[in-house]
Amino acid sequence: MALKIVKGSIDRMFDKNLQDLVRGIRNHKEDEAKYISTCIDEIKQELKQDNIAVKANAVCKLTYLQMLGYDVSWAAFNIVEVMSSSKFTYKRIGYLAASQCFHENTDVIMLTTNQIRKDLSSPNQYDTGVALTGLSCFVTPDLARDLANDIMTLMSHTKPYIRKKAVLIMYKVFLKYPESLRPAFPRLKEKLEDPDPGVQSAAVNVICELARRNPKNYLSLAPLFFKLMTSSTNNWVLIKIIKLFGALTPLEPRLGKKLIEPLTNLIHRSFSSRVLIFICFGFFKLAHKKSFSDVIVSLCYITVLISLSSGMPNHSASSVFLRISVVKYLGLLAMSKILKTHPKSVQSHKDLILQCLDDKDESIRLRALDLLYGMVSKKNLMEIVKKLMIHVDKAEGTTYRDELLTKIIDICSQSNYQYITNFEWYISILVELTRLEGTRHGHLIASQMLDVAIRVKAIRVFAVAQMATLLDNAHLLTGNMQRNGICEVLYAAAWICGEFSEHLENPVQTLEAMLRPKVATLPGHIQAVYVQNAAKLFATILKNQEGNTDSTAAQETSQMMIDRLPLFVQSANLEVQERASCILQLVKYIQKLQQKDVEVAEEVSALFAGELNPVAPKAQKKVPVPEGLDLDAWINEPPSESESEDEQPKAIFTKEEPKHSRPRHTEVDEKELARRREARKQEQANNPFYIKASPSSQKVYQEAPGVEHIPVVQIDLSVPLKVPGLPMSDQYVKLEEERRQKERAEKKKKEKKKRKEKRSGRGKKHDSGPESEEDITPAHVVDIVTEEMPEKSSKHKKKKQKKEKEEKEKKKKKKHHHHHHHSDGGGEESVQNGTVEEEEPLTFLVFPLPRKVCDIQGNLQDGSQVVVSVIFENKSDSFLKSMEFNVLDSLNSKLQRPEGSGPHDGLTVPFQLPPGVSNEARFVFTVQSIVMPQKLKGTLTFIVKDSSTHEKLDFKLHFTCTSYLITTPCYSDAFAKLLESGDLKSSSVRLEGVNMPFHHLLARICFHHHFSVVERIDSCASMYSRSIQGHHVCLLVKTSGQTVSIDAKCDEPTLLGNVLDEIKQTFSQC
Amino acid sequence: MIKAILIFNNHGKPRLIRFYQYFAEDMQQQIIRETFHLVSKRDDNVCNFLEGGSLIGGSDYKLIYRHYATLYFVFCVDSSESELGILDLIQVFVETLDKCFENVCELDLIFHMDKVHYILQEVVMGGMVLETNMNEIVAQVEVQNRMEKSELCNQN
Repeated sequence: MALKIVKGSIDRMFDKNLQDLVRGIRNHKEDEAKYISTCIDEIKQELKQDNIAVKANAVCKLTYLQMLGYDVSWAAFNIVEVMSSSKFTYKRIGYLAASQCFHENTDVIMLTTNQIRKDLSSPNQYDTGVALTGLSCFVTPDLARDLANDIMTLMSHTKPYIRKKAVLIMYKVFLKYPESLRPAFPRLKEKLEDPDPGVQSAAVNVICELARRNPKNYLSLAPLFFKLMTSSTNNWVLIKIIKLFGALTPLEPRLGKKLIEPLTNLIHRSFSSRVLIFICFGFFKLAHKKSFSDVIVSLCYITVLISLSSGMPNHSASSVFLRISVVKYLGLLAMSKILKTHPKSVQSHKDLILQCLDDKDESIRLRALDLLYGMVSKKNLMEIVKKLMIHVDKAEGTTYRDELLTKIIDICSQSNYQYITNFEWYISILVELTRLEGTRHGHLIASQMLDVAIRVKAIRVFAVAQMATLLDNAHLLTGNMQRNGICEVLYAAAWICGEFSEHLENPVQTLEAMLRPKVATLPGHIQAVYVQNAAKLFATILKNQEGNTDSTAAQETSQMMIDRLPLFVQSANLEVQERASCILQLVKYIQKLQQKDVEVAEEVSALFAGELNPVAPKAQKKVPVPEGLDLDAWINEPPSESESEDEQPKAIFTKEEPKHSRPRHTEVDEKELARRREARKQEQANNPFYIKASPSSQKVYQEAPGVEHIPVVQIDLSVPLKVPGLPMSDQYVKLEEERRQKERAEKKKKEKKKRKEKRSGRGKKHDSGPESEEDITPAHVVDIVTEEMPEKSSKHKKKKQKKEKEEKEKKKKKKHHHHHHHSDGGGEESVQNGTVEEEEPLTFLVFPLPRKVCDIQGNLQDGSQVVVSVIFENKSDSFLKSMEFNVLDSLNSKLQRPEGSGPHDGLTVPFQLPPGVSNEARFVFTVQSIVMPQKLKGTLTFIVKDSSTHEKLDFKLHFTCTSYLITTPCYSDAFAKLLESGDLKSSSVRLEGVNMPFHHLLARICFHHHFSVVERIDSCASMYSRSIQGHHVCLLVKTSGQTVSIDAKCDEPTLLGNVLDEIKQTFSQC
Repeated sequence: MIKAILIFNNHGKPRLIRFYQYFAEDMQQQIIRETFHLVSKRDDNVCNFLEGGSLIGGSDYKLIYRHYATLYFVFCVDSSESELGILDLIQVFVETLDKCFENVCELDLIFHMDKVHYILQEVVMGGMVLETNMNEIVAQVEVQNRMEKSELCNQN
């Protein structure tokens, strides 16, 4: 035995350790692979030894080799051996190796369960720590299930080092073993208030990740996070919380409003520090809620930051956070989030964003592109697209170029080509795009060409001319067509030329171009379209030529068809072959008739007669079902289930019919349905007769009331200029400018007349007013296949509606603040010299009256104190200073004043308010009894700087009983004990007609009345809260239908009664 | 969540790889190559964010990286992480390395990959940020190193 140990340590002396291995590899640059394979052989030898030190050394080297790309899974068992060493040093090596190369399918993981459990309960915290770290990387569902309880216990370990690791790993456990979430959640929640900041941060981390998956369930934690946000100084925690609120605000819109002030405070608090930027950018994530002011605030910050960064020399290599490119990128990212809800505010920064397109950084360019999509308007579309086209030419790398191409098309085609005023310009843009080499998006361009040519009638002449040129120059496109998809464009070109062949200038030449032998190298589906459309073209040509006396020309054309078509008859593609042989026979017959001098043109063109009208995707639904047709009735009774397939009745028809009736379809499973849907979409996409809905236009289609609108009659405007050859899109920009100028001049002349027309006509988008977006009338009109035209009546009406909306919003706002703090900023008093603006219907916007919002919260540390935070917002145009806040004390509640001042002196508000600015001040009140709600009257005096007059504003503070409650978590066992104790008096209340989901109801109570949910079972939940003076308030909330009953217990019946009244009031208001 | 942390030098040689989602070894190498290719062609003064690496891709993911002298530190993260937060985290990690190795340079990482891993383990655990306070990280690393030393002394 002793000998063995000695032998082992001698061996070790000659062993390579990790450093030697690395050095060796570096010395064998030429034959690295060979060297490593000898090393692996050595390692295999070492692993066979009994000495754990040798094994650990070998495993350590394997970890290094794994990084270089060598598969080391063969050593998995040895890794487990090293993991189970009693020495921390080796254990750590083992766990590291395991975390690098174990995964769910590693079978030895099963062997580790007990070892890990042992390590988790080790007295040495670092053994536990190492095990947790390793486990976090290779936890499997089995391990998660077996170890969930052990880890849960560790969450309340005495050492914060273990607690934070245990909390963090719970997320991984939840992922692998979701059942553990429910029992672990209360403890996780508890950790949010852990004394150790690291543990707190871990808990926030985990909950944020959970909430990202399902924010709804975490709404009830909002108050807790709210508190954390105002108290925490850890940037990491703050970022996570703000992100979390970003996910929660869409669910509870009021949250957004509540957040504004603490966020603003955060920004003020951390001004000029790095945190500022952190917080700002976190803040933008919130911007998707509807409140307007915060968007403005955030926009201000972005603009400040972007302009700041561009004015700053790039010296800050030390601070990556202020580097121009970083700020730019983040600013653009933030803007794209705001853009979704507030496009107008972002649009004003167009120039800034266009500049970013010139940035040498691809990340920034892509971001800017993304933004541009939302920013275009009729006025700037051409300019923006022109810029993009320049970039397309300059761009290197197909990915970026393809991205540009799709963006250009997306931008132009969004909302039914809403922003395009000149379609000739658009067609030429599309034609220019076809010259791009190596793009994958030929199909996209083709579908745009088809769409525009079909829907914009006025453009057809121009489009056909362009397409004919394209066909003529097809060899340019197909040069390297094997690689690129651009030849798809020919599909569109051929179809357009065939369908609208009456507009062709030189149809014979085009026909010739379509029947060139080279066409046979195109993909099959394109050839098919070529053949079919050659026939259409042929019909048109016959019609034209038969008018002439000379019949030889017509016969020549027929002969050309007969000569060229056999090429297609031989095609390997079935579709091409079939069409070609049909048409070939047809032409042969026609030729026979022609030789007999029979006039055939009429009949031939009858083959392709009929105008194509755009049809809305949902048009079929609008067709009323004919009387007497019952789609649900069986045409034939379905065959009984017992019948097997082979024994089907002999009659063919009865067998086939049910296929088309309903029961057959119900048998089809979801997958099959999806597949069919996909196939149908594909088919529709390829079918030129079908108008596709672009995703953005879908919305317009949806609200579609009547049948009569399906094909909308359109106004044909004369197309101004016909440009021969391939046009440059640039010239349209100039033309457009001229056109607009002319229009503007005309408009001025006719303004009076037009106004009259507007009122009666179905004015599409006319509006007077200089240079407005609506001023630009399109040169061509798209057939917008929607039943509801964007009807805009006179401006006056619009304004009125807006006002009404504003009014409503304001009312809502007021209502919101109503129930838990009753600060009346307005409506009650008017100021002596205040002039009410006449157009403003709202009486409370009186000059210069600041609006105030306040929040009342109990102070947990001191049972007799209440903190009132008041936001002062200056809505006037003047500078306000020397503000004094005073409240008439009651017996019960007193404003805390600095020592030495009298009981009636006011408190000076510690700031001044420039116009449009808001700020927050806090005032402390002492209260004696908290069982009754209370109203305090107060006044705010201030001086308006310009006029130096003293102004006075009266207000009331409503101290509700709710504001004395503090959200306190409580566990079900403690809760049960509390109820059992029998010290509590009970009371109950019923709420009728509450029409909201139960969890919303709970969230509402939690949020507005500072309760926390103890336990929830189906439609029944117990809730708990505590007053600042330590009264317990327990609720049992049950719901059935629209009735909610709340049984409540509290050791102070008066307080309870009042709280219940307030809850009732909350729900009566919604 | 952090999906992967890669450290490689100016020539694309990996110095530390840490995947929080399983990839087979050859895939890992391919990811390193592609990431290196994407990152290395970018100027030093452009922004530190990259979208759309196709391998660890998906629209939700982006690469956040910093370049220090001869080394690239690349984090692949999803949208739940704040861009600036991660940049700061990289800084914290590098400063911690600097403290633990006393003026860290590429050679330290080459020869002590295991130690770098142990330090990283105190910063990020299973793809989630564990600790951002540098003093705390350094303290924990040092205690563990002392334990290791005393164990080895006792043995010899």
